[in-house]
Amino acid sequence: MNMKVNIAGVEWNNPVTVASGTFGSGAEFADYVDLNRLGAVTTKGVANIPWAGNPTPRVAETYGGMMNAVGLQNPGIDLFCERDIPFLRQYDTKIIVNVCGKSTEDYCEVVERLADEDVDMLEINISCPNVKEGGIAFGQNPKAAEEITKAVKKYAKQPVIMKLSPNVTSIAEMAKAVEAGGADAVSLINTLTGMKVDINRKAFVLANKTGGVSGPAIHPIAVRMVYEAANAVQIPIIGMGGIASAEDAIEMLLVGASAVSVGTANFHDPAVTMKVVDGIEAYMKRQGFESVADMVGIVK
Amino acid sequence: MSCKRKETAVVVSQEQLANGIYSMWLQTEEATEIAVPGQFISIYTNDGSKLLPRPISLCEIDKEKKQLRVVYRVTGERTGTEQFSEMTAGDTIDILGPLGNGFPLEEGRGKKAFLMGGGIGVPPILELAKQLDCEQKQIVIGYRDAETFLKEEFEANGEVYISTEDGSVGTTGNVMDAILENALEADIIYACGPTPMLRAIKKYAEEKDIVCYISMEERMACGIGACLACVCQSKEKDHHSNVNNKRVCKDGPVFLSTEVEL
Repeated sequence: MNMKVNIAGVEWNNPVTVASGTFGSGAEFADYVDLNRLGAVTTKGVANIPWAGNPTPRVAETYGGMMNAVGLQNPGIDLFCERDIPFLRQYDTKIIVNVCGKSTEDYCEVVERLADEDVDMLEINISCPNVKEGGIAFGQNPKAAEEITKAVKKYAKQPVIMKLSPNVTSIAEMAKAVEAGGADAVSLINTLTGMKVDINRKAFVLANKTGGVSGPAIHPIAVRMVYEAANAVQIPIIGMGGIASAEDAIEMLLVGASAVSVGTANFHDPAVTMKVVDGIEAYMKRQGFESVADMVGIVK
Repeated sequence: MSCKRKETAVVVSQEQLANGIYSMWLQTEEATEIAVPGQFISIYTNDGSKLLPRPISLCEIDKEKKQLRVVYRVTGERTGTEQFSEMTAGDTIDILGPLGNGFPLEEGRGKKAFLMGGGIGVPPILELAKQLDCEQKQIVIGYRDAETFLKEEFEANGEVYISTEDGSVGTTGNVMDAILENALEADIIYACGPTPMLRAIKKYAEEKDIVCYISMEERMACGIGACLACVCQSKEKDHHSNVNNKRVCKDGPVFLSTEVEL
């Protein structure tokens, strides 16, 4: 039996990575999990220059999940390359750098900068609901998504994963658009835009008013969208959205994801990813699957 | 390599100290060993619909028995803290920690200290009062009303000055009023409490040029420095964030007052 997966030409030791923004660049979690046992580490989004992010409160708990509006606080690409890449390279895991920006030029600058760095894949975040410019602006219009995919592909030396927003009418259409733009893979879903009101203070709970909803509460929506995207495109899909257990991850694989990301559940249990890896392996043994690919998309 | 983990603690006792304020002792396996005053633990509810841990500061650390005490406020009906308050001896509860940086004890050696707590910022001052080895230990604690929880335990550990908002006990007003009324002086301050109180203490310390450590609070998600939810503004550019933000959970919750903007 083999846990390895091939995502756009990059071989991961197993199909499990983490959702960008829930794991930093891995350093904080290294005390709790063996990073060597993750198929890949997907870093927190990094931009061409440092971003201070949104005012606090940046998070709120919601029923079966949470809402965040961190606003892509990040140290900028220079410090990231100097500190975070060498840290992750110590481990036997693939490095996926999540890239954010406010304009096409911003994204391209980071992608170009990463061309000579020792990283394995790029994930382009065109779906963050918490920054006013850029981000989501590219992620809700198929034409804009296709264009930015084409633009970053010009500079990219590593395979490009386009991260899609669920805040659209047709996820299939968006997946097709980035595939047409030359994306090597897609990841979905990013968070669903939500809002929460403190009825005693009569004010929004988050300083940003709206935030991205994540966690187990959104998992069925994510499974449905992965299924729809899988039926629309040929490129591999990294499925995410509310995965908190091996069972949740397996659902995603069965409807067409080639790999999975664990996000918000890392906040509930910092070692949850290890349980997801072990649980997928146990399921494969139990069910007689020889490889992860054998289970991908078999539920039609 | 991985070494830390979420552990399952056992409730040793649960007691209501005041209206909405509860005290719980927890039997731990590992968390107590390295705990210091000013640190916190993340406590998880047993309710799957409540995903995020509740960060609660340590009120007492009993290394011999491997027990931790948390004194916490129930924040409302159907909240995680309400669930904690309903737990009784023998119940199990998942915790992570100890987390964050505690109060620097060495700094207080040989000095006249203020140990200041306000509201639900009072509990972490107790273990500090027990462990701090200083020249003069002036414990200044502020409450809303006559429900002066933990007062007797503070009295066993230093000189205690109390302020109450309604004037029912001690000085009427806040902890700063108690300092003025009693003409107290110090050359180091340790404080935990609501932001307006910390802001006043920070200003006082800077005017008097006194070293001051404050323990801050912010809404958290991960509790371990990864998610960047609980940031506070730092005076200088922070080396980790590369912007003027520090993480309350990982870089704090205790900060030198001059490091942060309130």
